[in-house]
Amino acid sequence: MKFRLPGLALAAILLSAPVAQAVEFTQYQHGRSSLSFVYKQMNVPVDGQFKSFRAKIAFDPAKPAAAKAEFEIDLASVDAGSKDANDEVAAKAWFDTKTHPVARFVATSVKPLGNNRFEVAGKMSIKGKTQDLSTPVTVTQQGSNATFDGSLVLKRADYGIGDGVWADFGTVANEIQIKFRLVASAAAATK
Amino acid sequence: MNSAIHHPQTGYTHTAIGLHWLIAIAIIGTFSLGLYMHELPLSPQKLKLYSWHKWAGVTIFLFVFVRLAWRLAHQPPALPAAMPGWQRSVAEATHVLLYLLMFAVPLSGWLMSSAKGFQTVWFGVLPLPDLLQKDTDLGDLLQQMHMLLNFTMAALVGAHAGAALKHHFLDRDEILARMLPFLGKSKNGEPK
Repeated sequence: MKFRLPGLALAAILLSAPVAQAVEFTQYQHGRSSLSFVYKQMNVPVDGQFKSFRAKIAFDPAKPAAAKAEFEIDLASVDAGSKDANDEVAAKAWFDTKTHPVARFVATSVKPLGNNRFEVAGKMSIKGKTQDLSTPVTVTQQGSNATFDGSLVLKRADYGIGDGVWADFGTVANEIQIKFRLVASAAAATK
Repeated sequence: MNSAIHHPQTGYTHTAIGLHWLIAIAIIGTFSLGLYMHELPLSPQKLKLYSWHKWAGVTIFLFVFVRLAWRLAHQPPALPAAMPGWQRSVAEATHVLLYLLMFAVPLSGWLMSSAKGFQTVWFGVLPLPDLLQKDTDLGDLLQQMHMLLNFTMAALVGAHAGAALKHHFLDRDEILARMLPFLGKSKNGEPK
């Protein structure tokens, strides 16, 4: 154990060095990011998540106005709580993943709210429909990583998710609670 | 009006009779709904039926507690003296098993729902705690269990009803009439 200590100390110095200065977080870390949601059917909350998604992030806490964020979700990677639900949600009435495999969010503005919180506004496109969307995001910096946490309520009817027999909110509610965590690290080049 | 006053030795209380039929009808209805709904393709209707089935199951579960308490506090009438010993034993065992299953069937459904990740929200209002963490394999196992317990119960209910009919039509005793008081009046006059 002892001979590792200098290595750890060196790593700590290297990692903490960029934090002292302005740093831009640009390297998206998929393994530590997550995208989950809760929907209600017959008033029963059901947990779900997406497994495949990716983000392009360029965020300097000192210059939020210059921040860039783009987010893509492979809708077929959904886990809606059961096999039946997964098959159904991929179908035409819901995501129609054959025609519209990807949902995309592109940030158009990032405004500081104080306390490491930022209001991110942008355009959300799902199933060929684009809507304005804005959500507060909490940024936590740790070493060379920044974690972006947020939650928002998305109304499925705004995007035509759940058409036909499912359009009535009596069974599956309109509001879908979404929770995301994206992790990006500082690029080596920005040191 | 004599039949309104039930001596513990000769008849069931009105409460016992009421609970018996209320729960019997509820169980048959909920069982049939379960048989029907599980084969349906996913649809809003299916989700509704599942919720209704679960609401009914929880309601039955609660009534079964009341029923057991009543049963323990009120001695049921004695079986006819002419009944052979083995029949008494079988009747006794069937009743014990039916009581056990009245608890085990809804409980297995609740556990199964928890394991499958679909919480039970009674009448869409009162969320019941999930007894298990979500675990799909365990959920499938509990589904098998729920089904097995149900078919066991169906077989026992069949035997129970068959025996009651046998007592009524072949043995011509009061077994069925004391759970269906109007039969007793029309057949044997006022049951004593």
